[in-house]
Amino acid sequence: MLEIKNLHAELEDGSKQILNGVNLSVPAGQVHAIMGPNGSGKSTLSYVLSGRDGYEVTEGSAKLEGQDLLDMEPEERAAAGLFLAFQYPVEIPGVGNLTFLRTALNAQRKARGEDELSSGEFLKIVREKAKTLNIDSDMLKRSVSVGFSGGEKKRNEILQMAMLEPRMCILDETDSGLDVDAMRLVAQGVNALRSPDRSFLVITHYQRLLDHIKPDVVHIMANGQIIKTGGPELALEVENSGYGDLLSEVG
Amino acid sequence: MADLATDAIEVREGVDRETVETVQNMGSYKYGWDTEIEMEYAPKGINEDIVRLISEKNEEPEWMLEWRLAAFRRWQTMTEPRWALLTYPEIDYQDQYYYARPKSMEVKPKSLDEVDPKLLATYEKLGIPLKEQMILAGVERGEDAGEERRVAVDAVFDSVSVGTTFKDELAKAGVIFCSISEAIREHPELVRKYLGSVVPQSDNFFATLNSAVFSDGSFVYVPPGVKCPMELSTYFRINAENTGQFERTLIICDKGAYVSYLEGCTAPKRDIAQLHAAVVEIVILEDAEVKYSTVQNWFPGDEEGKGGIYNFVTKRADCREARAKVMWTQVETGSAITWKYPSCILRGDDLSGEFYSIAIANNMQQADTGTKMIHLGKNSRSRIVSKGISAGKAQNTYRGLVTMHPRATNSRNYTQCDSLLIGDQCGAHTVPYIEVKNNSSRVEHEATTSKVDDDQLFYCRARGVGEEEAVALVVNGFCRDVLQALPMEFAMEAQSLVAISLEGSVG
Ligand SMILES: Nc1ncnc2c1ncn2[C@@H]1O[C@H](COP(=O)(O)OP(=O)(O)OP(=O)(O)O)[C@@H](O)[C@H]1O
Ligand SMILES: [Mg+2]
Repeated sequence: MLEIKNLHAELEDGSKQILNGVNLSVPAGQVHAIMGPNGSGKSTLSYVLSGRDGYEVTEGSAKLEGQDLLDMEPEERAAAGLFLAFQYPVEIPGVGNLTFLRTALNAQRKARGEDELSSGEFLKIVREKAKTLNIDSDMLKRSVSVGFSGGEKKRNEILQMAMLEPRMCILDETDSGLDVDAMRLVAQGVNALRSPDRSFLVITHYQRLLDHIKPDVVHIMANGQIIKTGGPELALEVENSGYGDLLSEVG
Repeated sequence: MADLATDAIEVREGVDRETVETVQNMGSYKYGWDTEIEMEYAPKGINEDIVRLISEKNEEPEWMLEWRLAAFRRWQTMTEPRWALLTYPEIDYQDQYYYARPKSMEVKPKSLDEVDPKLLATYEKLGIPLKEQMILAGVERGEDAGEERRVAVDAVFDSVSVGTTFKDELAKAGVIFCSISEAIREHPELVRKYLGSVVPQSDNFFATLNSAVFSDGSFVYVPPGVKCPMELSTYFRINAENTGQFERTLIICDKGAYVSYLEGCTAPKRDIAQLHAAVVEIVILEDAEVKYSTVQNWFPGDEEGKGGIYNFVTKRADCREARAKVMWTQVETGSAITWKYPSCILRGDDLSGEFYSIAIANNMQQADTGTKMIHLGKNSRSRIVSKGISAGKAQNTYRGLVTMHPRATNSRNYTQCDSLLIGDQCGAHTVPYIEVKNNSSRVEHEATTSKVDDDQLFYCRARGVGEEEAVALVVNGFCRDVLQALPMEFAMEAQSLVAISLEGSVG
């Protein structure tokens, strides 16, 4: 599904190299987790994959189902099936949450040559999905993320993911700031979407989330590289003894 | 309850989808074509003979001609104001036509059926319904659509009114809606009483010029206690080349009456700038209410600033008696130059004056616009919400005056003035003038300036929304408070215009 090879990226102004040769492969249907110390480049990786301005890829490649992501505009990547649940969801004053969702969904459908959803169909599906995430109709009517609590913002990201039905979902610390119940709702939302032709890359600092969303593979990122890859037990190891040993292993 | 909420969402959804579709089908200025039609012009330039000729063409009574001549003599002594933040070349007032009308309008058509099909086709192409059974297209309705919304239209083509729809039905309600030239002939007592009573002949250079040479425009009278049974609108189309357009609108809303009035305007693409100097006067009596909405979409000139309309407009509402209400809503997207300050004179007591504005300037456009709230009576409320958007190399100025006279005790004004910049070559300026001459009144002014946020754009794009559509979405969000003040059909048109006017402003 997602194939990242030797990816190097720096800030556009050349002042800082952040990704130093990331190698990562997420097969279809799998859930991979990335853990790693603050500042190790996890969010940067997700931004570079989704095409945010401000970074320059100097080497390497990233492919989604064989398509070269790095050649595409952000909206093309989205239409190709890439989704990033933001670590810090952005507020858009005056733009209704529903309007935003519908615009996004129809833009993607249009880009893929599919018919747009009618207003009735759309509302029916949104309401169902919102309900399972405990998002009330008031939140649907309000402006995108404006005045949402931290946890509400994150749940809203998962609602978008559920509506857009991407192939490759990247979740950047979607668990941070969630209370126990919200965490369970979000995990249920993610698990409901698990399917043989959809993959997840879950960036997190805590084992807690991985109790609910069982990863197939866990990667440890440090200094802009994947320094270790293993099974779910790797996350437990981090939880128990931090990154110290792992970092010294690679020297 | 739940159903009401659903309806509201669905209606909004309909509106929003319309925007998105329009954005997707975006062309550049889409009203830039012209109508090939045989025209009759007055000789170029302005002098007393031209003023006489216009008066004669309109078959006016003597008093009207005298009124015009007085204005013309006055105008000759005046100088063009240059205090606005606008730069444009000297206007040669002798190098313009002041009167142009389609040949076919020489003999006044008695009904729309007699109007030249070419003219009717022009309005059809603009999406303006001149057939009475038609409603403004594009509104999505719920299952129980209920009563259809109808809009009566006065269509003005260059210097003359082509026709007015729904006149008979309005007449049944006692509402007079016709061209001003017709009103001068048919209802002289009303015109004589109110013309120039809100914007005096000598008000300002452009208004005085208009008083001398105005050719047509709309006239509305709503009698006491009557709620006008449908929305009224005037659609102005400039077609002729090198011809100034000077229309005059007079609206009188008598005691306890209500009317909502819409004004739309477009013009073809021309290399040479064209002058437009309109005057709108609104008289509102006791307990009456007027809503006046404009979507101004004159040709803005090309990317280099060639051509476009120079728009110098004087609009003023006079709330003469107690508890009168006025609401101005304007969406200014076109014109090369905009000089326009729709104002409220709050003369009676317990009045309400509101001004909602979206002004978009892209490329080389310059807009200097705002309002005046003149509080003369007691206990009145005024509210100003202005959203200025600048892109390209455009300059956008909000200029507003709020005055509380000594007698205007216990009055309030609230002003919210937000500017949004797209790119780094444009400018936004806010020039508020505030005068409070009593101790019990309060004036609040809030202003913000921000840039279109890259994070917001990236967020939209990461969800699959293309760049221009993302800008349109964010800007429409920025304008929401004002868009909501517009009647539904206009809100849709305005939303799509926002998108179209900003085309090419990113990337
Ligand atoms: N636009 C930027 N300008 C300056 N520095 C940046 C920028 N983007 C990222 N960095 C730096 O790059 C490094 C990696 O940041 P990144 O946000 O990818 O880390 P992270 O692994 O997501 O951290 P956390 O766990 O705290 O979220 C940090 O040192 C950060 O300060
Ligand atoms: Mg991060």
